[in-house]
Amino acid sequence: MQDALLEVRDLKVEFKRDRKSWITAVRGVSFSIHAGEIVGLVGESGCGKSVTSLAVMRLLSKATSRTSGSVVMDGRSILELSDREMRDARGNDFSMIFQEPMSSLNPIMRVGDQLAEALRLHNDLSREEIHARSVEALRLVGIPEPEVTLRNYPHELSGGMCQRVMIAMAMSCEPKLLIADEPTTALDVTIQAQILALMERIRAERNTGILLITHDLGVVAETCSRVIVMYAGGIVEEAPVEELFERPRHPYTKGLIASVPRLGRRVHRLPSIPGSVPDLAAMPAGCRFAPRCPMARPACEAKVPALVQVGEGHRCACPYAAAGASVEYAAGIGGLADGAGAADATAAASGATGDVSAQDAKGVPTHE
Amino acid sequence: MAEKTKLKGAPGEGDATAATAGAGASEFARGEELPRAQSPARQFLKKFLRRKTAVAGFVFIVLMLVIAVIGPSVVPYDPNQYDYSALLSGPTAAHIWGTDEFGRDVFSRLVAGTQLSLGTALTASVIGTAAGVVFGLIAGFCGGLVDAFIMRVCDVMFAFPGILLAIAVVAIIGPGLTNVMIGVAVFTVPSFARIIRGAVLEVRSELYVEAARSVGCSSRRIMFVHILPGTMQALIVNFTMNVGGAILSASSLSFLGFGASVTQPEWGAMLSQSRNYLATAPHLVLFPGLLIFLTVLAFNLFGDGLRDTLDPKLN
Amino acid sequence: MSEPLLSVQDVSKRFPVGKSLLGRPTGYVHAVNDVSFDVMPGETFSLVGESGCGKSTTSRLIDHLITPDEGRIFFDGDEVTALSERQMRPLRAKMQMVFQDPYGSLNPRMKVQDIIGEPLLVHTRMSAGERLKRVHELLGTVGLSPAHGERYPHEFSGGQRQRIGIARALSVQPKLIIADEPVSALDVSIQAQVLNLLRDLQEHYELTYLFISHDLSVVEMISDRIAVMYLGTIMEMAPNEELYARPCHPYTQALLSAVPVPDPKSKRRHVLIEGDLPSPMNPPTGCPFHTRCPHCTERCVKEFPKMREVSPGHRLRCHYDGLQLPA
Repeated sequence: MQDALLEVRDLKVEFKRDRKSWITAVRGVSFSIHAGEIVGLVGESGCGKSVTSLAVMRLLSKATSRTSGSVVMDGRSILELSDREMRDARGNDFSMIFQEPMSSLNPIMRVGDQLAEALRLHNDLSREEIHARSVEALRLVGIPEPEVTLRNYPHELSGGMCQRVMIAMAMSCEPKLLIADEPTTALDVTIQAQILALMERIRAERNTGILLITHDLGVVAETCSRVIVMYAGGIVEEAPVEELFERPRHPYTKGLIASVPRLGRRVHRLPSIPGSVPDLAAMPAGCRFAPRCPMARPACEAKVPALVQVGEGHRCACPYAAAGASVEYAAGIGGLADGAGAADATAAASGATGDVSAQDAKGVPTHE
Repeated sequence: MAEKTKLKGAPGEGDATAATAGAGASEFARGEELPRAQSPARQFLKKFLRRKTAVAGFVFIVLMLVIAVIGPSVVPYDPNQYDYSALLSGPTAAHIWGTDEFGRDVFSRLVAGTQLSLGTALTASVIGTAAGVVFGLIAGFCGGLVDAFIMRVCDVMFAFPGILLAIAVVAIIGPGLTNVMIGVAVFTVPSFARIIRGAVLEVRSELYVEAARSVGCSSRRIMFVHILPGTMQALIVNFTMNVGGAILSASSLSFLGFGASVTQPEWGAMLSQSRNYLATAPHLVLFPGLLIFLTVLAFNLFGDGLRDTLDPKLN
Repeated sequence: MSEPLLSVQDVSKRFPVGKSLLGRPTGYVHAVNDVSFDVMPGETFSLVGESGCGKSTTSRLIDHLITPDEGRIFFDGDEVTALSERQMRPLRAKMQMVFQDPYGSLNPRMKVQDIIGEPLLVHTRMSAGERLKRVHELLGTVGLSPAHGERYPHEFSGGQRQRIGIARALSVQPKLIIADEPVSALDVSIQAQVLNLLRDLQEHYELTYLFISHDLSVVEMISDRIAVMYLGTIMEMAPNEELYARPCHPYTQALLSAVPVPDPKSKRRHVLIEGDLPSPMNPPTGCPFHTRCPHCTERCVKEFPKMREVSPGHRLRCHYDGLQLPA
């Protein structure tokens, strides 16, 4: 296999809470991205997926956060670059698009000027060349009349068009890596489909590596070739996309996949993961998913489980799932429900809060 | 920790009702310990205490309020007692901040005058604010013509410099501290009407106000339970800031001779009388001036701190 | 067949935009255009569509938070649109809303128990003690504990707040609950919890839901009947299975085709419809969808299609039968 485009090793990000204490938002995350692949980074709010991407781009404020570990992009260690070299690398080596296309563009600058600015920062170009490159960039992202759009202000464009412009800006200097943070969350489904198709086309045409951050498993299944699942600041599972959806190992991944309603498979009740994502400031000890996990055991609270290889390119941070225990558990939705009942009992015994009943067990879903 | 045990006791009851209701509950339960309960007041205090200058301002204000209450009874000299043996004396052991042209003790006069100056400013602010809030609420809640009328009147009043308006009021109803109070109150009204109106409009567009309507609340309940408390923050902050300005205005009016009589130890009046001796006895100007300056500064710092603490965007 | 609990008849609503020098509006946003549907007692009726399609405006019209320009709305025998704000108030005890934004819809300065108890305070003569008892019951029903009542909304997570909003809506035992995107602000795992809760509550209290969402997968799970809206107009309306099995309108087909499915092996071909949503200030002539429709004909440009029944219970606003999007 060729060398990775981006290699993240043991990335740790902490935020300052007050003068003395720090909160860990991302704890020891390692992954890599190769040229020409779309890697999905999935997780719920607060799992650290956006922070990870901002840390890779070095866009986090040094005054309120600190980052450790290593990020190697094309042989260069990103975290050790000077601010100046870093500015150069953004745009040229990698660039980023954000969730809110409307607010990511400057409202009082014409689209053309913003695009020109991005081009000028990284290249020495004449006015004509800039114009030509801008038109070409907009055409690449499927904007029908680039000449007109260049003269528009962002508020004159729809959300989908703004996101196209953002992608055009991000792609204008032909970066090797594109980080897209929830690029379609604010868009309607028909527009989302257009944007996702565009990203796939860019990947195929330019051999760009794309890190797609999303909470939407449907988007992941349809666009990514590899998936990284994060929970509470750590990676819990990583696998090629088909493997992940067919044979999810980690209880969190299983729960997540099971709890998404699917088109064409109507269920009466959805299997769901009990509880909610823990607060960054009050992380449970040991495995962070243990308090919500249907197969949690006392040992889970002892130490943070390491990611272990469980198959070809498949890593999972649950020793029980990695061992044989996972086989029966993988039986599917019913298994999750039964497990929930059992775990409720342990939770009640250990004096957990809130009301606890074997609700899940009742709601065995009916397939149509 | 007390909260934790309380929560632990709760599930029993919760379970029973959930079971009878047959409604889903368990999914929610585990791993979901709420963070330790913190009352809003406590959170506020914690954040406020971090702002050192505001705390200093607050301490100074409290000090001045204490002096205003007990001052007149603890001063070393009667503030109006003449001492012809020590005219225009500088600070000495007997008169620590010196004496004025009649030999009156400056320190005693300033301490005794705190009540007058602070009292005038506070009363004026309270009256002006109350009237402003009423007009602002009416304007913001009724909208339409009423709103337009109230706001245009306010605009007209804004066209005058505040102090000029106060002078005009005092000129019409005559000098004296009470009338100064009224004058200062009058020019406080439009700014508060505008602030409260803005706050009402802002809160009125909140989703929870619409939710209250859809729940079936009456207009009165929406006004007083959902909207008014939401404007309190703006009110408290601006009131604090306003007191500083009111002290300045009241002192200025007294300085100009509209307010306190010559015998009253009001700070502005004292400043006014001593300006003739600026060259020979600068301490006469220094101490009242300093006191006015510090008090106004204290109120402004305190107000700034309050605003920063209460504004969620700055935290 | 029984009487519908809610009946919306030919309702339209325009919002003025901009102001000329004389204070006249310079244009109108056609938010809702000729919308009609009935909701039967005990069913879940869903309005689904993309942003700006008028689904939220419809819900606000039904709740009488705004009044329609044309058309009438009947709820439980009363004509909502003929009532004044004051007359509407008692009716609100029978019709409660759950809002999309669990952060904005709860007053941050009120304790949770006061929020949940407010409808009781407004609509019943219960004593404070009785109210508190009922609030504690409700907290249990939605999976919170009575101790949570003493807290303030900001201490809760999004999913918990949505439960509080649901408890508030339930407190006066309404017949109809209008749920405006109740799960779209929530994380996937929390979304499933809240959907299950809604389902359980419906079974237990025989509630009727008007469910508003942009998410076709969620709508499929929860609904009995579905209306698909586009630019303020209902394009297609059918029972759940019928709509998903035989979508007749090209827009419904496009919408269904665009939903990403969490199954990498399905490898469905997406049928991409070109272009953006037209501005509701300046809606297209004729069929609202004609600017993006692959089958657009001259008739579509000129003539606003009528709603017609293609099979029992399946209504369609399209001039043609049997259109299929090109694969």
